[in-house]
Amino acid sequence: MNKVLSFRKADLIVPVAAVFLSVIVFLLCSIPMMAGDKGGKWVVITVSGEEYATLPLNENRELVIPGENGFDNLLIIKDGYADIAEANCPDKICVHQRKIRYKGETIVCLPNRVVVSIEGGEEGDVDAVSR
Amino acid sequence: MRSPGKRIAFLSMLTALGMILSYIESFIPVLYGVPGMKAGLGNILVVFLLYIYGSKEALVVNILRITLTALLFGNLYSLVYSLAGAALSFAVMVIIKESDFLSCYGVSMAGGIAHNIGQIIVALFLVENYRIILYLPILVISGCITGAGIAFIAANVIKRIGRRSFF
Repeated sequence: MNKVLSFRKADLIVPVAAVFLSVIVFLLCSIPMMAGDKGGKWVVITVSGEEYATLPLNENRELVIPGENGFDNLLIIKDGYADIAEANCPDKICVHQRKIRYKGETIVCLPNRVVVSIEGGEEGDVDAVSR
Repeated sequence: MRSPGKRIAFLSMLTALGMILSYIESFIPVLYGVPGMKAGLGNILVVFLLYIYGSKEALVVNILRITLTALLFGNLYSLVYSLAGAALSFAVMVIIKESDFLSCYGVSMAGGIAHNIGQIIVALFLVENYRIILYLPILVISGCITGAGIAFIAANVIKRIGRRSFF
């Protein structure tokens, strides 16, 4: 009886095999997830509160958004990120904002009353809380 | 041989003990928000019974303990989760124990891992998000650690009081 109650070297097979197999499963499952579309799905552009355009985030393209006061913003969608690259508004805050990719992230150009936001897809994995 | 009355009293007492263990466990916060990660204190009882009595008694006590605990302190979901984990864990433990190749440490570790895997499988069906499977390595590792701890406790209980008192 006491023999089956004390640790044997053969017992190590269990954790070693289990960890090995689980790491394999983990890798097999995580590779397609990493390769998949991690960002949001749609870039929604509103001007003065009204929807101006909705573009897929995974298609590279450039778009000039005519803003409220005769100013324009150049939106570039590239590699799953949306960014305002150029604008002729006075403060250029929108140009300096980081490019966005996760659901709920926004770029705002106040003088032009342009809001670019990401909708659909997933929450950001790093700082979804702090926005 | 021991009398049927004594045997029923003893198994009932262990069922009650198992419910207490599960209840105490519900106070231990879930680590790092990983679903299904539990200390599995109730498994002490299962390992103990597997070696003292046999698989039949261990199975009955385990099912009673889980059902009663879920009905008293949990809900229907926790019952499904626990039963799935326990069923897989129990099957794996019995198979490994009967093969007589590993000691109770190997049996218990395999049981801990199987318990967590069973819960992941249920979670996959309930949540319908296959990303849960990414928790697998951490649940396997935690299953190993808790399984080894449980084997240590169960083995020591059996060595110190087990056979002398109850046979």
